[in-house]
Amino acid sequence: MSELAVAPEVMMPPGSGGIYSEKIAVGGGPVLDFSYVGIDAILEQMRKKAMKQGFELNIMVVGQSGLGKSTLMNTLFKSKVSRKSALATAQEKIPKTVEIKSISHDVEEKGVRMKLTVIDTPGFGDQINNENCWQPIMKFINDQYEAYLQEEININRKKRIPDSRVHCCIYFIPPTGHCLRPLDVEFMRRLSKVVNIVPVIAKADTLTLEERDFFKQKIREELRANGIDVYPQKEFDEDAEDRMINEKIREMIPFAVVGSDQEYQVNGRRLLGRKTKWGTIEVENIAHCEFAYLRDLLIRTHMQNIKDITSSIHYELYRVRRLHENNTVAAQHANGLPEHRLVAHEM
Amino acid sequence: MSSSDVARQPDPSRSLSLSGHVGFDSLPDQLVNKSTCQGFCFNILCIGETGIGKSTLMDTLFNTNFENFEASHFEPQVKLRAQTYDLQESNVRLRLTVVNTVGFGDQMNKQESYQPVVDYIDRQFESFLQEELKIKRSLHSYHDSRVHACLYFISPTGHSLKSLDLVTMKKLDSKVNIIPVIAKADTISKSELHKFKIKIMSELVSNGVQIYQFPLDDETVAQVNTAMNGLLPFAVVGSTEEVSVGNKMVKARQYPWGVVQVENETHCDFVKLREMLICVNMEDLREQTHTAHYELYRRCKLEEMGFKDTDPESKPVSLQETYEAKRQEFLLELQKREEEMRQMFVQRVKEKESELKDSERELQNRFEQLKRLHADEKAALEEKRRLLEDDQSSFGKRRAAAQLLAAQNLTSNGKKDKDRKNSGFM
Repeated sequence: MSELAVAPEVMMPPGSGGIYSEKIAVGGGPVLDFSYVGIDAILEQMRKKAMKQGFELNIMVVGQSGLGKSTLMNTLFKSKVSRKSALATAQEKIPKTVEIKSISHDVEEKGVRMKLTVIDTPGFGDQINNENCWQPIMKFINDQYEAYLQEEININRKKRIPDSRVHCCIYFIPPTGHCLRPLDVEFMRRLSKVVNIVPVIAKADTLTLEERDFFKQKIREELRANGIDVYPQKEFDEDAEDRMINEKIREMIPFAVVGSDQEYQVNGRRLLGRKTKWGTIEVENIAHCEFAYLRDLLIRTHMQNIKDITSSIHYELYRVRRLHENNTVAAQHANGLPEHRLVAHEM
Repeated sequence: MSSSDVARQPDPSRSLSLSGHVGFDSLPDQLVNKSTCQGFCFNILCIGETGIGKSTLMDTLFNTNFENFEASHFEPQVKLRAQTYDLQESNVRLRLTVVNTVGFGDQMNKQESYQPVVDYIDRQFESFLQEELKIKRSLHSYHDSRVHACLYFISPTGHSLKSLDLVTMKKLDSKVNIIPVIAKADTISKSELHKFKIKIMSELVSNGVQIYQFPLDDETVAQVNTAMNGLLPFAVVGSTEEVSVGNKMVKARQYPWGVVQVENETHCDFVKLREMLICVNMEDLREQTHTAHYELYRRCKLEEMGFKDTDPESKPVSLQETYEAKRQEFLLELQKREEEMRQMFVQRVKEKESELKDSERELQNRFEQLKRLHADEKAALEEKRRLLEDDQSSFGKRRAAAQLLAAQNLTSNGKKDKDRKNSGFM
């Protein structure tokens, strides 16, 4: 028997005279509140349904090789989620073009099941000529949107469409300390229109605090100057409360992170960190690096919001574009023009 | 590219154990928070004869006083009246839409009684489908008006279902979640009620009517739901009046022989209905509507319009292609029709022209004929005139001759007279 939770507030509908009821225990049984209907039990129902269904999260990591992407993923999810750990490859050669490799894991915490997919992009920014290295990534993201769209417009469609859309893309900025490189600007400019980008400063333990602040400021200025809107996007703030919270986050991005999956003894506790001759950098210490903020943003507070923005804004934009495209193709057919290949995934 | 193919089919998932607290167990909370901000939507349809207690039950169920007025019994057709209310309880906002039938079961010929109800349900599905198929759509802020639960009110005859009930429920069972309730249950005694319930359920089963079964897959509520499934249909009594029983005020109906307490489980099943409908299964009702009934409607509608998932060679056909193909077809059809109409127009014009030409020619002929006639007559007249003139002239001549003769005679006679006179004297 589901508990009849005690609901203190009474509904005050127009014209009913607002009868306040008293809570009277009847013979030791559950307390019956006369004006209580039970509508708020729907929250519990929703929660149960969500727990039963499980969640899906797809994160993409982009950055040059050697910036610590896999380590950061492992640190974020406290397990060996990265591709390198999962597939034991002897030696990683730098691929000639950007490849897209994704690995899925089923993780569970306190009854909440999640299917986590980490999408890696080896080869990004590693060639001599890096023009158009974002193209395979754009294509991959748009392919996922396309797959979802196809499933959605099917006549017989599945009860729950498997969501393989990229929810969040973590972009690793090398810690030069100066400013963004042309590759960074170009990539973020193009991809911020189709996916939520979270820029992070990788290997932040090479920067002192002053250098870090300076670097962050330069990056923020450059992002603003180029019109790049990274997550949390200003235009999607819903109300004043949202804006307040998001402003605080926006003042801190990009997060300067350090990743590690090894534990060391610090002050009698075992903590994740990097041990060097001059000290141990604690990953989860906010005085040392901002990993904890990143983790809180991504996982503990804004995960649902990230998924919502992906599905209701980025995906819808893609859908609108795609459906309009079809109209123009058909119009060309009607006019007898030869059909030319629409590179739909080119931005 | 093989790597992109690999990307499309990620490696099969592997289970991983976490070595520390990551924190995504707050995900359900985040989800619930978002839903709370957005608010919820719930739509109930009440079908039952006039005066059976639908409005009162809704009032009792939601503890408010929805503005309702009694319907007359003389409606010529069944109508549906929908009213939307915004309710709030603790931090949950609910947009409740209550749809009542007006005039159900009052007509003499009830063959078409179910049709307005079916039409209403289909209209809500249709508008959702339209929104979903739009190019620029806003699904998350769309006010979902699809009917989530249908309370069917059965008259407490104590015998069996009426044929109207069976027919209506059969038509609705694939479109909406039907929860049958026995209304005004205080007119049936306990033993009769038990037999009545059994009879109703067996009739429903034998006629193949699919009523809503409370879901059994969640262990926490499976037991309760199984028990409740066995108690269907719920026998309810509704009342918004309060009567004092013992030392407290309860919702009840007061009779000379006793007081029927609405929230007393030994008196009626109202509490069970409220619990099942709202506290335990509201989300499941909404989900069933969306994933089962709406999908069925959508599938049928799209297939009706001619869309298929796979063409004859079993290759997947995209909806857009089919849609575009249909659009082309339609445009071609339009063009053809336009051509046809133009042809017809040209032909008509030709016909008219030739008609006009014919009549013109005819007129011309007549004119000529008349002219000829006229000329002939004129000639004839001329002839006559000439004759006349001839006559006249000959007559003139004769007259002249005669006059001359007369004048001559006169002079000769005078001479004669003179001669006589002269001769006389001698």
